[in-house]
Amino acid sequence: MNKIIRTSLAGLLSSTLITGAAIAAGTHPQTGEALADDQTFTYRVLDEHSSVDPQVVEDTDGADIVRDLFEGLMNQDENGNLVPGVATGFTVNDAKDVYTFTLRDDAKWSNGDPVTAGDFVYAWKRAVNPELSSPYAWFMELMSIENAAAIIAGEKPVDELGVKAIDDKTLEVRLSAPLPYFPQMTTHSTTFPAPQKVIEEFGDAWTKPENIVSNGAYVLTEHLPQERSVRERNEMYWDNDNTILDKVVALVINDENVALTRYLAGELDRTDIPAGQYPRMKQEHPDEAISYPRLCNYYYTFNLSDSGPEAFKNPNVRQALSLAVDRAIITEKVMAGGQPEAYTFAPEATAGFTTPEVEMTSMSQPERDELAKELLAEAGYGPDNPLSFELVYNTSEAHKKVAVAVSQMWKQKLGVQVELANMEWKVFLEERGNQNFDLARGAWCGDYNEASTFLDLLQSDSGYNDGKYNNARVDELLAEAKTSDDAAPLYTEVERIIAQEAPVIPVYHYAGVFMIDSDLGNWPVNNVEQNWYSKNLYKLAE
Amino acid sequence: MLAYSLRRLLVAIPTILLLIVACFFLMHFAPGGPFTSERPLPPQVLANIEARYGLDQPLWKQLWDYLYNIVVHFDFGPSFKFKDRDVNDIIAQGFPISLTYGSLSFLVATAVGVSLGIAAAIKHNSWIDYFAVGLGIAAQALPNFIMGPILILTFTLWLGWLPGGGWNGGQWQYLIMPVIALATSYMGSIARITRSSMLEVLNSNFIRTARAKGLPTRTVIWRHALKPTLLPVVSYLGPVFVYVLTGSVFVDIYFSTGGLGQAYVGSALSRDYAVLLGVTILYGALTVVVNLLTDLAYAWFDPKIRY
Amino acid sequence: MLGKSQKAAHLAEEITDYTVIQGRSLWQDARMRFVRNKAAMASIFILGLIVLFTIIGPYFAVWNNEEIDWNVMGDVRGMGMPSIETGHYFGVDDLGRDLYSRVIQATTTSLLVGLIGAATALIVGTCYGITAGYIGGRTDSAMMRFVDILLAIPATLIIILLLVVAGRSFFMLFIALGAVGWLTMARIVRGQTLTLKNREFIEAARAAGVSEFTIMYRHILPNLLGVVIVYASLLVPEMILTESFISFLGLGISEPYTSLGRLIAEGAGTMAYGTLWQLMFPLTIYVAIIITMFFIGDGLRDALDPKDR
Repeated sequence: MNKIIRTSLAGLLSSTLITGAAIAAGTHPQTGEALADDQTFTYRVLDEHSSVDPQVVEDTDGADIVRDLFEGLMNQDENGNLVPGVATGFTVNDAKDVYTFTLRDDAKWSNGDPVTAGDFVYAWKRAVNPELSSPYAWFMELMSIENAAAIIAGEKPVDELGVKAIDDKTLEVRLSAPLPYFPQMTTHSTTFPAPQKVIEEFGDAWTKPENIVSNGAYVLTEHLPQERSVRERNEMYWDNDNTILDKVVALVINDENVALTRYLAGELDRTDIPAGQYPRMKQEHPDEAISYPRLCNYYYTFNLSDSGPEAFKNPNVRQALSLAVDRAIITEKVMAGGQPEAYTFAPEATAGFTTPEVEMTSMSQPERDELAKELLAEAGYGPDNPLSFELVYNTSEAHKKVAVAVSQMWKQKLGVQVELANMEWKVFLEERGNQNFDLARGAWCGDYNEASTFLDLLQSDSGYNDGKYNNARVDELLAEAKTSDDAAPLYTEVERIIAQEAPVIPVYHYAGVFMIDSDLGNWPVNNVEQNWYSKNLYKLAE
Repeated sequence: MLAYSLRRLLVAIPTILLLIVACFFLMHFAPGGPFTSERPLPPQVLANIEARYGLDQPLWKQLWDYLYNIVVHFDFGPSFKFKDRDVNDIIAQGFPISLTYGSLSFLVATAVGVSLGIAAAIKHNSWIDYFAVGLGIAAQALPNFIMGPILILTFTLWLGWLPGGGWNGGQWQYLIMPVIALATSYMGSIARITRSSMLEVLNSNFIRTARAKGLPTRTVIWRHALKPTLLPVVSYLGPVFVYVLTGSVFVDIYFSTGGLGQAYVGSALSRDYAVLLGVTILYGALTVVVNLLTDLAYAWFDPKIRY
Repeated sequence: MLGKSQKAAHLAEEITDYTVIQGRSLWQDARMRFVRNKAAMASIFILGLIVLFTIIGPYFAVWNNEEIDWNVMGDVRGMGMPSIETGHYFGVDDLGRDLYSRVIQATTTSLLVGLIGAATALIVGTCYGITAGYIGGRTDSAMMRFVDILLAIPATLIIILLLVVAGRSFFMLFIALGAVGWLTMARIVRGQTLTLKNREFIEAARAAGVSEFTIMYRHILPNLLGVVIVYASLLVPEMILTESFISFLGLGISEPYTSLGRLIAEGAGTMAYGTLWQLMFPLTIYVAIIITMFFIGDGLRDALDPKDR
């Protein structure tokens, strides 16, 4: 009885609103779960996002927002598999270098205009245009789109980019070389369409809430920098009827401990758990504390260039240091957030990647320590001639903890003297980039779900190879993998070489460690890239 | 007085100019630029971005363009980090927030601090003195980064009375915790300086004379002792006022107020040159004005000081 | 009314007294009065105890300041609380390191940082402020505008540049602390000097032909000391906290060494997670330092006040 009155009241109240909210305060169409009346999802972000312009955004928090506001050719589902977005599907020619996407007829911008192939052509040309100078222009180059590299370098006009609108609903993309994972890359925000009319009208200010026009499930309705941004249901979105969340609020909370307090006070539906607090949260809130593997690694890189210490030129010394790092302690006691231990550079969670049987995994920690001592003694370091070097990391509570723990392991097991040095972020990057270090912390998150996004870092001429590791065989294997139909064995081979030569010490692979309100349905824990779409989430009735 | 003030304001122009130049060069010599990142940009992409922001020009040219745009268009340039906003936007958004909670905290801290200090000095070595001293020490013993979490734990998590952060246009519920946190950190020092200065003044000859003449204590204190007492307090308050007005980074971090304090420190760490310079200029201009006011206040507090 | 002879005797007495006082310098006099101040002496005693603790404390430590207790690590809340049996008298920090040893090391560092930092600021700020205030006019204006500029330049930039130019060292930490600390001090001293230099006794001294430098040193400085010392004692806790920011930027103290400011900040971050001892022990010592500084500052102010003689 009560329930009927309430529902009819809710119906009366919402009758003044436009439809689309009809699903709210009902049951979930597929699972049949009861839904909450208030379909608002509030979550914490660490910092203010860089932009909501799809071609300009460069941080992950910003990309999360852009993924809700705009929709690209393809989307990912909860497991990271490709599902249709604005495109209903695509075909590829036999040479595998021309892709043709068919766009859906009912895709619309929030101002009612249809989304056309021309919008994608405009956006992609915009991304490589030196005039816009997108920080993610290199992504277009990585996608191997014809002429992208030359356009970025200013050697060819923007119009020569290999994209073409055959008609309003057909988009053709020409690649400079076949790229097996090209379709996966169209889920990245840089490839999302952009509303030419609006951008030309408002210039840089087009992303302000009062100007912005977007084609995703949500529109930006409020933005208070350093405080909050709000996005609300886009009534024009083609799949609006199946969208359940009405409103998504991102609150900027810089301090993770304060964010957790506010979560516990019920102000947030999702927040990060500070390093080391996961076990307690899991114990006290078993339904809410969750951890799942992510596509990121954490490692220490030796400086192998001329400016690095002489000792590190000896692979046995590097191997000994790597062996003596007790990964189990780092993952279980320091981070304690369900992070997988790392013995390879690319995370196990990477798609189509088989981790090789490296020698270290089959040994127990005491055996590793024993071998480490032997190797170090062989290299001529011992109590009389202790190895000493400096370990640099950027200032952060979690990095500090790992560095302290590791340095103590080395000191106690091998008698190695490690001087720890923290640095402010930009100074750290500069020093590491200029090889002004002995051993430095590093971390990398995959740009796409494929092992090369990690292993390319160790290619001798890679701009990210701060340790200046140089192995001709590795370079050769990586080059081969680019065009190979089955790259997995090649990647495994590379990992085996890395395990032998130890140019880096993989420590752990990241996990997403979050408090997520048990009312929030369908959080994609299996999506290792953590590409989440608010349109797939919903709030359950309490 | 007026001529003096005008002269001082004229001097402010070269002062701020010098500040800009000094800050500009310091900034460019600091390692790492706005576009240094974990994944270094390919050289060509970096070159395009630098060209867009004019960073490929020689330094003197950049400085000249910067000054030119300020003087002619009152344009402090685009933010390097937040691509869709410029410095004018960021200051226009953050400064009113900092100004609101900053000036409120300043009023609270000064009013409470000065009254406590005076009360303590008048009743030297009485319970009120000990209370004031105790409170002053307590306020000092709880720096912002302890006050912030304690307030949020107490009022948001345990009592559930106040929202744990945000600004919401400066509604009172959102103001209480930032103001308390910021005010306590200065209150203790203000009370301390007032107390010791008052004690000193009460010991001086002219107060003894006034007392000896048989004037009532109240008159002695309000008529004669108050002004000289406040002189060192005002010296201390000047810089505090500027700090507080431009916001506190701690308050912005703990309470997500979105003020200028976070923008300022954040811009230094992310090398967002334009924002850093913009806020520094604002800061410098405020310093100059507040110092002028402080100096004028000196003359008011002590008629013997002349400029 | 006194009789003549009595008055003469009294006068004679005063004269003899006078000669005795004449024999004592300002400083001796101040020391005597300081020693008589109970609160200040008690504070000196407590500060002495703290210093003693940092010297003797390590002999009782079971663990050193960097050793990780691998058994406790990972369950700090359950097993890391203060206990005599485990040897962790103050419990352990978040990584399982002995807080007792860490607090001792941190106290040593922070006391040095606080005292030397405040002293540097005091000396530089006072000299600068007196000079500007006493000379006045254009010199004053120029010197104060210079302070204005330095006050407005972001400290972060200066510290980062110091790090790059000179590298990390304990010495550079003091330079950085001194660099940020003396500005307000200079402003306060200069403000006080402005009022003092117009007082009758300064005019009298000047009329008597005392040199400018002597006026500054003998007549203005002693009258400033009260306010200056109180402000310096306020600077000590401020310096202790500023150190943690400088260390954040990489110029200060690096792990495994720590400081009170950093221990307090770490403890404050985890105060809701059932490890309150991580905040309480360093905070207690920090508060003890603030209180002793307060009373010592107060005692010095009273003792040095020339009017009280």
